[in-house]
Amino acid sequence: MSSTNNYQQSTKNHKYLTLSGLEPLVVTPESNFINIGERTNVTGSRKFLRLIKEEKYDEALEVARDQVDGGAQILDVNMDEGMLDGVYAMTTFLNLIASEPDISRIPLMIDSSKWEIIEAGLQVAQGKCVVNSISLKEGETQFKHQAKLIKRYGAAVVVMAFDEDGQADTYNRRIEICRRSYHILVNELKFPPQDIIFDPNIFPVATGMDEHRRNALDFFEATKWIRENLPYANVSGGVSNVSFSFRGNNVVREAMHSSFLYHAIKNGMNMGIVNPTMLEIYDEIDKDLLERVEDVLFDRRDDATERLLDYAESVKGQKKEQEDKILEWRSYPLQERITHALVKGIDAFIIEDVEEARKASEKPIHVIEGHLMIGMNVVGDLFGSGKMFLPQVVKSARVMKKAVAYLQPFIEAEKDGKQEFAGRILMATVKGDVHDIGKNIVSVVLGCNNYEIIDLGVMVPPEKIVETAIREKVDIIGLSGLITPSLDEMVYVSKALEKQNVTIPIIIGGATTSRAHSAVKIAPHYSNTVVYINDASRAVTVVGDLLKKDSKIYKDQIREEYDKFREQFLKRTKKKEYLTIAEARKNKFKINWNTSEIVKPKQLGIHILEDFDISKLEDFIDWSPFFRSWDLHGKYPAILTDDVVGEQATILFADAQDLLKRIFDEKLLKAKGVFGLFEANTVDDDDIEITISDCHAELAEASQEGFDCAQSDKLKFLTLRQQSKKAAGKPNIALSDFIAPKATGKQDYMGCFCVSTGFGTHELAAKFEAEHDDYNSIMIKALADRLAEAFAEYLHKEVRINHWNYTNDDNLTNDDLIKESYKGIRPAPGYPACPDHLEKKTIWKLLNVEENIGVKLTESLAMWPAASVSGYYFANPEARYFGLGKIKEDQIEDYSKRREISNEEATKWLSPNIAD
Amino acid sequence: MVDIREELQKRILVLDGAMGTMLQQYKFTEEDFRGERFKDYPSPLQGNNDLLSLTQPVAIAEIHAKYFEAGADIVETNTFSGTTIAMADYDMEDLVYELNFESAKIAKQVAEKFTKENPEKPRFVAGSIGPTNKTASLSPDVNRPEYRAITFNELRVAYKQQVEALIDGGVDLLLVETIFDTLNAKAALFAIEEVKEERHIDIPIMVSGTITDASGRTLSGQTVEAFLASISHIPLLSVGFNCALGAEQLKPYLQRLSNETEFFTSAHPNAGLPNAFGEYEESPKQMQQFIEDYLKDDLINIIGGCCGTSPAHIKAIAEAAKNYEPRQLVAGV
Repeated sequence: MSSTNNYQQSTKNHKYLTLSGLEPLVVTPESNFINIGERTNVTGSRKFLRLIKEEKYDEALEVARDQVDGGAQILDVNMDEGMLDGVYAMTTFLNLIASEPDISRIPLMIDSSKWEIIEAGLQVAQGKCVVNSISLKEGETQFKHQAKLIKRYGAAVVVMAFDEDGQADTYNRRIEICRRSYHILVNELKFPPQDIIFDPNIFPVATGMDEHRRNALDFFEATKWIRENLPYANVSGGVSNVSFSFRGNNVVREAMHSSFLYHAIKNGMNMGIVNPTMLEIYDEIDKDLLERVEDVLFDRRDDATERLLDYAESVKGQKKEQEDKILEWRSYPLQERITHALVKGIDAFIIEDVEEARKASEKPIHVIEGHLMIGMNVVGDLFGSGKMFLPQVVKSARVMKKAVAYLQPFIEAEKDGKQEFAGRILMATVKGDVHDIGKNIVSVVLGCNNYEIIDLGVMVPPEKIVETAIREKVDIIGLSGLITPSLDEMVYVSKALEKQNVTIPIIIGGATTSRAHSAVKIAPHYSNTVVYINDASRAVTVVGDLLKKDSKIYKDQIREEYDKFREQFLKRTKKKEYLTIAEARKNKFKINWNTSEIVKPKQLGIHILEDFDISKLEDFIDWSPFFRSWDLHGKYPAILTDDVVGEQATILFADAQDLLKRIFDEKLLKAKGVFGLFEANTVDDDDIEITISDCHAELAEASQEGFDCAQSDKLKFLTLRQQSKKAAGKPNIALSDFIAPKATGKQDYMGCFCVSTGFGTHELAAKFEAEHDDYNSIMIKALADRLAEAFAEYLHKEVRINHWNYTNDDNLTNDDLIKESYKGIRPAPGYPACPDHLEKKTIWKLLNVEENIGVKLTESLAMWPAASVSGYYFANPEARYFGLGKIKEDQIEDYSKRREISNEEATKWLSPNIAD
Repeated sequence: MVDIREELQKRILVLDGAMGTMLQQYKFTEEDFRGERFKDYPSPLQGNNDLLSLTQPVAIAEIHAKYFEAGADIVETNTFSGTTIAMADYDMEDLVYELNFESAKIAKQVAEKFTKENPEKPRFVAGSIGPTNKTASLSPDVNRPEYRAITFNELRVAYKQQVEALIDGGVDLLLVETIFDTLNAKAALFAIEEVKEERHIDIPIMVSGTITDASGRTLSGQTVEAFLASISHIPLLSVGFNCALGAEQLKPYLQRLSNETEFFTSAHPNAGLPNAFGEYEESPKQMQQFIEDYLKDDLINIIGGCCGTSPAHIKAIAEAAKNYEPRQLVAGV
């Protein structure tokens, strides 16, 4: 009875964070620090990611169980990975957890940067969960909208110290953002204050950089401030970040973790992510070490970092590279210096070192075959074992290229020197496609591993690939592409090679390619080996296996694997059921046009943005895909402090920022955009008829030549309709469903756009390449792509608020804002809602894109410059993104009539979406 | 209309007893269930008690009146299965709005009559929202633990329709009851919040869970405290337990609930545990004694009966309740 009474006293009168699984978790002042288990996180655990990808949920559940058995009091689950269907993975995993009472007894932390994944998680958890996380990063509207729903779902929330200006990195920024978040949540939304958990950002200390000196101290002080000034709120954080610069030295790291935790808890941090195996007992830390650690944490001495480094060296006997020690390696022997320069990607001294090596060698070619290859082998080994990351390897390649370029004249002067390569590889982005970031990365990685690369560039026709492959006697052919028509192009290339009896292995890569496509569509047409490579790091292994002396075993294995995969795949796809197109149309997405709000655009017609100030786009950049293009997986900004790739991501990000600053300051890239808003109505279910009879002033001006208003006063967008059989009540959607049918008598509207930030990219990349700087050549393209997406985002906002003016994200009331916040979509032809690339032709005609801003379409309808985005605008509040999925022959036939092209041509363009 | 919160400060309120037990006494046949309107309906309808609000409205009104006469302050609408999900058993999904609307109207008319006769004792109608016959956090298929027969969203949509009809029909409060799966209840609460926001109204909500057996947990596995944590995110009028157990067996859980919650508490237990024939035999007198134990320990604000209880039970409970002060809320800080 007495225990019950204690319970009563401890909870009823106070506002304590109370969570639940099958059992409750009450966080009281008497509670010990609450430890969050985070191995069930695909961004933090490679093993868990692999298990989820391979759908080995049984084993994934064991990971969760180990966490609970190991003492985790909350289980963090994260399924944010580009190749995963996050909603599916989250739903499935949480449903499975629900049937394991020894796991589901503890509360869940639903961790995602994607709102739909968070919602999916909340919808399958009966207990009171924690959402991780929301922040003011995207502004108040989204913050409030999400917070309100989180409250309604009955969850607590982690709030990151992050706002529109970025992540809080000072004491003042931390408390300012937390205060503002708290005020909105508690005062405006009546969010229970005890259900708020602040994450005021734990950042690394002892990095050697002055601006990091107060990182721990600022965290402690901000935590204390939060606990004293924001009643009932909790504080959490990921502790391992703090010791980031001592990776590899566990003695120091464990001491740092436990000391940090000790002081953080004293200041009020009451929950967080700590790896229990990486924690020394506070009292058992060597007193000398503890003093040095705490000097760093509390920024007590100017030489605190140096003193901790000295200690680190003494306990490890292994030097940790630091900024102030940077030049020490210059005193190493020659080979070690060259290896060091290659591994670290430092090109400052490479010429003098290579010159020294050349003088000491019998022949200049020996420097390449000896010194440099020894270094590059170290790079290859480190990369192969996951200890180096792609951006580092590309930097290594830059150093290597510089060295080789320096040696070249000497080698030629000798006349008899010839570099021995491990193999010769042809690389090409296929016809019609202009995207080459991935191809270039693979080329560089293979080049580093002593393969000779023959790079045919972009938009390479099949004949040229066949001819070059034969003439140059290449050992492997690499095909790359990003847009969906490239998939078919790869099939043509393989057929053309087969016809010429070429028996060279083909490797396939690029964003839309897949093992399924390679196995099902390409391999059957080619007698020799076809291998799909999902990321650049795999390329070296695959190519190595293919060129081994006894490669037949490997090739047979691949062939067998793909045959089996194909059989299974074909079996699986047969199970899907489809509606006829007529049935699908009957089951369309129905909007009540009598009540649906239609806003007439404020400015109808065509608008051109010439010489747009590109620096305005900085805030609109979505960085996560940028890291992905470098094979660094994780969401931004968490990726910067990620245990595995954080260090590399941070360096890459800094380099990107430097180049971005140059782009802005020196106006290296030009941004241009065009968009139009028109009267529109749906006709015959799936077509959208655009009326431009008004022929507005802007339109007339924009189209002085070649665009006769009177003649082409009607244009049609043709949309495609989902045909797979849906669950009862779920519609078969086409984009045309979001526009009022003509028969309703209501005048509706739609828009379309094209933006590009690619003008100048090609020239800059060529310039970098000429300087043997592949790193920046790839970087500029990756940045241009991000800027183009940012431009599309920016323009969409402008259109919503100003030009169409159907919403006002800035000054509506709360409730209005929340309702309006996601109104309208901007789907792009070639993407899941409308995979039909031919629609771009209609956009080009309607907006006169090529003349107005100079963006061209290739024969496969890729945009040139590559860093361009085009699409439609739909404003209806019910409009939403969806995936078309597979469609059937009857729709192809119907579509070919509407498009006025042959059935064969329609089949060719839409083949990736046609059900087998 | 008097605010029920004010009444709850003053006295312990009495909820009605079983609807099903009372209806059994009428011995309605298949024809009675069908009435004139559904005489040619393709599916069998006997056992669809909610339908009786349309085909035998007089009987339903009589039962409500008997409970009010016995001293009940609140009666529950005859809508325990009034969702498209539960009505699918009878192919009557299309009738859901009408069933709820009419049931609410019948109960409200009876309540208003009693209030008018004795304004000192205002009577209330609680819209009964049952758990449906599907669980959102348990798989019905042991071989597919990840499978669910119903999703949160399907429940939310179904509950929303029921809630709107009940409010349109005039209920004073909503009672989400017999919760064996907390996730179902969370979907109901989500739907209620949506309706409240869309209509700019506030309506008191009672939540009542079900402890299924002596393990002391809900069917979906939660302890009393975990259940409470999962449903306390929106302001509730009361939280409590009903069904499955008799008053005596329910007491320890009610004790824990009463300790933990800052909301009013409710209980409507069964008339004991069923005997070998599935009948409830606990007499009004016996039940009254167990309820007195609740009252002595200051556990309760709203008290009534579930399966097996009759107006006689409610009368006994009401007589006991009027001698005690209501449980006082410890206001949250």
